[in-house]
Amino acid sequence: METYMSIMIGVLFAIGTYLILTKRLLRIALGTSIIGHGVNLLLLTAGGLKKGAPPLLGLKEQSFTDPLPQALILTAIVINFATTALFIVLCYRAYKVSGTDDIEQLRGHGNE
Amino acid sequence: MSLFHLIILFPFLYAVVVPFLYRKFLPKIHTGWFVLLAPLAIFAFLLSYMPLVSSGKTIQMTAPWIPAYDINFTAYIDGLSLLFGLIITGIGVLVVLYSIYYMSKKREALHNFYIYLLLFMGAMLGLVFSDNIFTLYVFWEITSISSFLLIAYWFQRDKSRYGALKSMLITIFGGLSMLAGLILLSIITDTYSIQVMMSKADIIQTHPLLVPAIVLILLGAFTKSAQFPFSIWLPDAMEAPTPVSAYLHSATMVKAGIYLVARFTPAFGGIPEWFWFVSIIGLFTLLYGSFNAVKQTDLKALLAFSTVSQLGLIMSLLGLGSAALYFDIGPSGTVYTIAVFAALFHLMNHSTFKGCLFMVVGIIDLQTGTRDIRRLGGLMHLMPISFTLAVIGSFAMAGLPPFNGFLSKELFFTATLKASDMSFFHMDSFGTIVPVVAWIASVFTFIYCMIIIFKTFTGKQKFNQADKQIREAPFGMLISPLILAATVVVIFLFPNYFSQYLLQPAWAAVLPTFAQRDLLDINISAWHGFNTELFMTIGIVAVGTLMYKYLKKWYGIYRFYPKALTLNHLYALALEKTEALSLSITKGYMTGFVRDYLVYIFTFIIVIIGGALYLLGDLSMDTGNDALVNAYEFALIIGTVILAALVLVARSRLTAIIAVGALGFLVVFFFVIFRAPDLALTQLVVETITTVLFLLCFYHLPKLKKENSPIQFKAANALVSLGVGIVITIVALSANGNRLFESISSYYEDAYELAGAKNIVNAILVDFRGFDTMLEILVLTMAGLGVYALVKLRLTGSEKSEGAE
Repeated sequence: METYMSIMIGVLFAIGTYLILTKRLLRIALGTSIIGHGVNLLLLTAGGLKKGAPPLLGLKEQSFTDPLPQALILTAIVINFATTALFIVLCYRAYKVSGTDDIEQLRGHGNE
Repeated sequence: MSLFHLIILFPFLYAVVVPFLYRKFLPKIHTGWFVLLAPLAIFAFLLSYMPLVSSGKTIQMTAPWIPAYDINFTAYIDGLSLLFGLIITGIGVLVVLYSIYYMSKKREALHNFYIYLLLFMGAMLGLVFSDNIFTLYVFWEITSISSFLLIAYWFQRDKSRYGALKSMLITIFGGLSMLAGLILLSIITDTYSIQVMMSKADIIQTHPLLVPAIVLILLGAFTKSAQFPFSIWLPDAMEAPTPVSAYLHSATMVKAGIYLVARFTPAFGGIPEWFWFVSIIGLFTLLYGSFNAVKQTDLKALLAFSTVSQLGLIMSLLGLGSAALYFDIGPSGTVYTIAVFAALFHLMNHSTFKGCLFMVVGIIDLQTGTRDIRRLGGLMHLMPISFTLAVIGSFAMAGLPPFNGFLSKELFFTATLKASDMSFFHMDSFGTIVPVVAWIASVFTFIYCMIIIFKTFTGKQKFNQADKQIREAPFGMLISPLILAATVVVIFLFPNYFSQYLLQPAWAAVLPTFAQRDLLDINISAWHGFNTELFMTIGIVAVGTLMYKYLKKWYGIYRFYPKALTLNHLYALALEKTEALSLSITKGYMTGFVRDYLVYIFTFIIVIIGGALYLLGDLSMDTGNDALVNAYEFALIIGTVILAALVLVARSRLTAIIAVGALGFLVVFFFVIFRAPDLALTQLVVETITTVLFLLCFYHLPKLKKENSPIQFKAANALVSLGVGIVITIVALSANGNRLFESISSYYEDAYELAGAKNIVNAILVDFRGFDTMLEILVLTMAGLGVYALVKLRLTGSEKSEGAE
């Protein structure tokens, strides 16, 4: 499972990177979103997969999956959400102010 | 901190008081009168050390500065440093006195002038008395900086600023090289003390770092002392006020390099590289400076080139003298020690007559309004005292009796003749060139000295009589050059007195091994018989007079030399090209496109992470511990990949947003099958909100025009992305393959006992690692405020009209 997951994460990263390298603000925002998913899955995979029950003590199981990566990911999801929301609104504002969502046209003045 | 340290630092402390004195007394009393006290006091103080030092004693005093790193302000007083100290303060007194009459108290910002001058004086004193290499370097750089400030004293003028910048660039370059050289030397000898380094000469001479250390230290010395090819800053530094030129650029700062070479002679003397670098550069500078001085039309530029030339002379003498140490000790080396003596003697003499000449030129400049030789002439009867002073200074510089230059010039010839007899350092083949070069350079020296006297003071007066009444300078301005000129004569008449008290101790400091065996003894006599040296001098006068007389006939040779190949031109070109090159490089990679910067960053990630994994051999593909895969999970993986790929090829914005949203929901499923219920819940909610936000901003906004084109394929981007994907995959696989130790999470499984919680993840978030959660809440808050601000704030004018819609 970990091997397949690793390959899939690699694909998510590759696609996310490609999107970030494009010109449209939307694609860049989507690219960061995809990379965010990749990172979360990578954290989970690195902690080891399917090693036991969900980390809930009420279940009376012998072994649990590692709870620490889950806590880290939960934090990451929320922060990722916060930055994504800010980023999207920023994109929107940039578009409204400059009238374009092409980052190459957002370059400013040539004589800066 | 002893009294001596305070005396060295006294100019710095005094500089603080100067502006207050300036403000308080200005219209009545010239600020220079107050400043005069400082060098006078230090000079008197240093004189009191003379009996002690001339009896062969040295004094060392340490004031802690950074003791933990063994960096201390160690003052070391021996003959060499005392000689320099006396020159610095002695000429300092005269220069300040001269400047009182030279610098107008009505027009000039005197407080600036004297603060810079005091800074310089203190730095110079610190430089010559420092025993610790770092203290030495600090003072060395303060001299560069204060010299920079003094050259650009009239900062409204372009030429002043240009000259200051040029000298700054060159001397700081040399200073940094010297620092590197000194550090190399401290690595070789494992000490920061120059005196301890000297005692380890045998270690230094066999160490592999020897040659780099020599080259770097000499770079410092050569740039400071205006040796070829670093001499170019000195003529441009002549834009400074004349007292500054007289003080810094003839008597003191340009001799810092000489001091450095003399100071390190005990360590490096006898090494062929040192001998060759110092002697050859010195000789060449001597020839170059004297040759170029003849063609100058500005008196100060002429004096600048003559300074270059004389410094070359002193430098070459130090180089030739270092040969003495080739023979360990004993009489075979003693014949070369005379060169070191000649260097020190000429150093002292040069400070006197060059200071005098600069002051005379300053007087001429002030009285006539020009320093251009072509516009001067016939001043002899108008300014008789200045004329006399100029004659004394020039004849001393030309090496004629009855002035001190004659004695040191004769000693110089003695040293070069001795050098031509050397049978080591491959000198048997080159040795004869040395006296020949020295002789030719002396002929040119004679010629430009005559130019100073005769072109300026004799001939027709070229001034408009109505222009300005030219007359002799006020007496106060003449005091300093008169004292210097008197010294010139006195040294000629009583050379042995100066030799015994000033020069012999300095000589002993440069060649300590000889001094210990009483091998250094010299008796200078003005009349030394009909020997080769005297005939060389007679030849100089004869040939020089002839050449001066027919100057117009051969002056044309100066025009042969192409202007494009002059050092100044090369310097300007190098500066220009460097700027152009760095501009084009910066423009090359700083394109202004975010995409390009991202490509650099991603490429860097690939190279560093991939390279590190490869080089450290941490690649591993262990699939043994993998969990089993069933069909559902496999389908999920395939689905995720397809959705991600869909974003790439989607034509419309809507499709791409939906695809990413769906991808998020598949991630929710992953969290479900990997037994992370809290994650699944959070992800579900967050993904929904994010998708809605995306749609809000990028789809439902009517103003945004529809974009319905797929992404253009770019091979470079694809390559970079593929690289990133592969590297991340390898990292993920290797992380699984290299499990070094067990997880610490078994501790958290006691969550109920420790924290009273049955949900371990939640216990971690709010109990075990609650800080993370607090700051994460802060992040969310700030993002929320940011979003609010972005939406609400309308600051620019164009925004207002938009907000009103």
